[in-house]
Amino acid sequence: METINTTLLIIGAGPGGYIAGIRAGQLGVDAIVVEGAQPGGTCLNIGCIPSKALIHAADEYSKAVTYAAQESPLGITVDSPRIDLARTIAWKDGIVKRLTGGVGALLKKQGVRVVHGWARVLDGKTVEVTPPAGGEPVRIRCEHLLLASGSHPVELPFMPFGGPVISSTGALSQDSVPRRLVVVGAGYIGLELGIAYRKLGAQVTVVEAAERILPAYDADLVKPVANSLARLGVELRLATQVAGMEGERVKLRDASGVEGYLEADKVLVAVGRTPATTGWGLENLMLDMAGRALKVDSQCRTSMRNVWAIGDLTGEPMLAHRAMAQGEMVAEIIAGKRREFAPAAIPAVCYTDPEIVVAGLSPSEATAAGIDAIAASFPFSANGRAMTIEGTDGFVRVVARKDNHVIVGWQAVGVGVSELAGGFTQSIELGAQLEDVARTIHAHPTLGEAVQEAALRALGHALHI
Amino acid sequence: MGIHVIKMPDLGEGIAEVEVVAWHVQPGDTVKEDQVLADVMTDKATVEIPSPVAGTITSLGGAIGQSLAVGAELIRLEVEGAGNLSATKARQEPVQSAAPTAPAEEVAEPQLAALAHAGAPPQAVAAAPAPSVSKPVSNPASNPASSRATNPAARPAPQSAVPMRAEGDKPLAPPAVRQRAWDLGVELQFVSGSGPAGRITHADLDAHVEGRRNGAGGGSDERYAEQHGEHATQVIGLRRKIAEKMQEAKRNIPHFTYVEEVDVTELEALRIQLNARYGAERGKLTLLPLLMRAVVLALRSYPMMSARYDDEHNLLTTYDAAHIGIAAQTDNGLMVPVVRHAESRDPWSSAAEIARLAEAARSGRATRDELTGSTITITSLGALGGIVTTPVINRPEVAIVGVNRIVDRPVIRDGAMVARKMMNLSSSFDHRVIDGMVAAQFVQAIRGYLEFPATLFVE
Repeated sequence: METINTTLLIIGAGPGGYIAGIRAGQLGVDAIVVEGAQPGGTCLNIGCIPSKALIHAADEYSKAVTYAAQESPLGITVDSPRIDLARTIAWKDGIVKRLTGGVGALLKKQGVRVVHGWARVLDGKTVEVTPPAGGEPVRIRCEHLLLASGSHPVELPFMPFGGPVISSTGALSQDSVPRRLVVVGAGYIGLELGIAYRKLGAQVTVVEAAERILPAYDADLVKPVANSLARLGVELRLATQVAGMEGERVKLRDASGVEGYLEADKVLVAVGRTPATTGWGLENLMLDMAGRALKVDSQCRTSMRNVWAIGDLTGEPMLAHRAMAQGEMVAEIIAGKRREFAPAAIPAVCYTDPEIVVAGLSPSEATAAGIDAIAASFPFSANGRAMTIEGTDGFVRVVARKDNHVIVGWQAVGVGVSELAGGFTQSIELGAQLEDVARTIHAHPTLGEAVQEAALRALGHALHI
Repeated sequence: MGIHVIKMPDLGEGIAEVEVVAWHVQPGDTVKEDQVLADVMTDKATVEIPSPVAGTITSLGGAIGQSLAVGAELIRLEVEGAGNLSATKARQEPVQSAAPTAPAEEVAEPQLAALAHAGAPPQAVAAAPAPSVSKPVSNPASNPASSRATNPAARPAPQSAVPMRAEGDKPLAPPAVRQRAWDLGVELQFVSGSGPAGRITHADLDAHVEGRRNGAGGGSDERYAEQHGEHATQVIGLRRKIAEKMQEAKRNIPHFTYVEEVDVTELEALRIQLNARYGAERGKLTLLPLLMRAVVLALRSYPMMSARYDDEHNLLTTYDAAHIGIAAQTDNGLMVPVVRHAESRDPWSSAAEIARLAEAARSGRATRDELTGSTITITSLGALGGIVTTPVINRPEVAIVGVNRIVDRPVIRDGAMVARKMMNLSSSFDHRVIDGMVAAQFVQAIRGYLEFPATLFVE
């Protein structure tokens, strides 16, 4: 068996793994990335990017449908729009291919070898890689082992994936729009895809065990999304659990135990993601766990020396940008720099309609953290730019310490607010005070003016409300 | 409203000056009757000054460590009713007391000189000092050299070494500063932030690193870090008394020290026997009471050793009694309680008296009588006794006997080497009145009693 030696071996070429590889290459650390599928991981192949492509296509189609119904106040009308989902998916695949190809090129440019195959960990310094098509495995020996295997969609034991039951991965590669789609789980993945399919013409019913949608976000933030679901005609079954499939019907049980059925052509199960800890020899290392995730310290060290782990494998928040930051950091530590994963905030975006973005602490989280906080919000209904893009539903909210006005959190909901994430997080990382944002000139007309106004309002002198 | 002035009380025994060692109140405080206002100290005793009236403190008569004349103004209070000071005087005096703006020491010295005139009327000496007097003394951080500075308030506040952050707050620093801190190996929690809301800037980081390079901060290897701390301590109270006494003793007395080694094998054997036999009912004996007995017996032949020498009047008083001072270490410093009439005590009685006095001295309850009047002193550091010491005479005495550590040493006895318990006695004498030969004979006499311990009891 061929044996390759390297300094850093990275298992998984998702956002965490490939960034670690690029950064290691930049710093002159000899590195190998092992990946059995296309580089880019869940994010590029079956997550963030393709879902956003599909959501965009659904938005565009939805507009056309509105124009055709002669309902648009913009005065645009079209004749009977149609969507060829297969072409949509092909377009999406093109984007994915361009991006994953780009990742490969970036790694190559930094002199990082990509070994195509599935890794199996033998010990903390040895990994065996079997090509996906089978064949002679290679053995790789390394000084540092970086685990970046990512996560899987959670499968319901009584409703395994297959047939009409699909995961988010399946939902991103349908060749036609299902007539009736049942979405299990009203978290951000279920709602993003549920809304997209509704816009593409499916009858969508979202089943959620909790009492409300997006249980991770506060009620004020979720309200515009709930309004939008009602307007779009997405049916909600809250406080209801799925009990399994009976033919083409999904069996439901509500909180009082009453059973019911939903007709479904496809059932999208989006009840969360779980770290990918099995099937690749991780158990051989007997590392400390934190629940279902791998336990790591603030430098992403596992309980075994020179074995590192980043990204979804290490648990929540399972976000690509967190994995990337961790990957970058681990590469720098291995290159001899002193680093720590200590972000002031990790932003999170929910690509529902309208979008939700959060960074830092919500008012209740601030209170729970023992901070005497003030919060103020500014509605997009008072923002000129929001009116011009038909996006007046929603608001920007700032949370700051009462004593010194240091900003500890931002939340926003509205059309296109995902792009505010950068500014939000930056202000928190820089330790900005309300006055800093309030005294920064924000371009007119932009949604960003609502950011400035929220800070002004927290200081007691908002100008446009 | 009236003004009530509390004067430094006469604490007796012809004491003219009393040192303030603690203030329990500050100007502005409201006090009740009998509330303790201050601790003052005479030669050895500390006295609490209670308030005879209820009122509000308006001024304090001096700084901690300052000696005030008996009868000088100690505290001024504003009280209901007339007070004990006439209204006109009350109006005048703050003007007088505010007058001194000269450097602290220059104010303090003439004032002390004026205060030394016992019986001088309080208003004449401006006993209430201006704040400029008290500040350098009360502020332990002030550099001794800067106590001559004209106005302490004008000095910039010392840069706080600890960042102004509430406990548990994370340091606030932008990512670029954080990364540089990592690169430099600096823990941001130890860096003070000068930016808004305590934000740590690159300049703050530079200052911290500069400070660390100069040894002020935490380096990667603390063991070899340069240390630059300076800690000025005002020498006050008992420590100042000790300092003065030591200085006087060394300045006035031409010491000479004579060291002799004593074989205490027999003495130790006896002591163990006595403790085994009588320890339960009479208490255990240490070496000290046996040594006291030996000194008492030696004094019979050398009575000039139990003496006090008034060198101002060239008067040497020798005592038939042996009032033996026992130097004792307390939390506050050296104290010398006195075993009176040691010549009248057997070893157990001496041991009990030493124990009682030592406890009283350590707990601060020793009376003035118990701390004065010794005619000769023994000093012993027990296991820390070392090989040789050069004891300082407890002036105005003329001799002090120092006890060193007992060690097993090989010595020659009858032409053969044997192990014996050996102990040195290091004794100092006032050479003005004690000749070397007499001193040597005195120590040899003590040695004789100790080496043949039966002679301690059989006469």
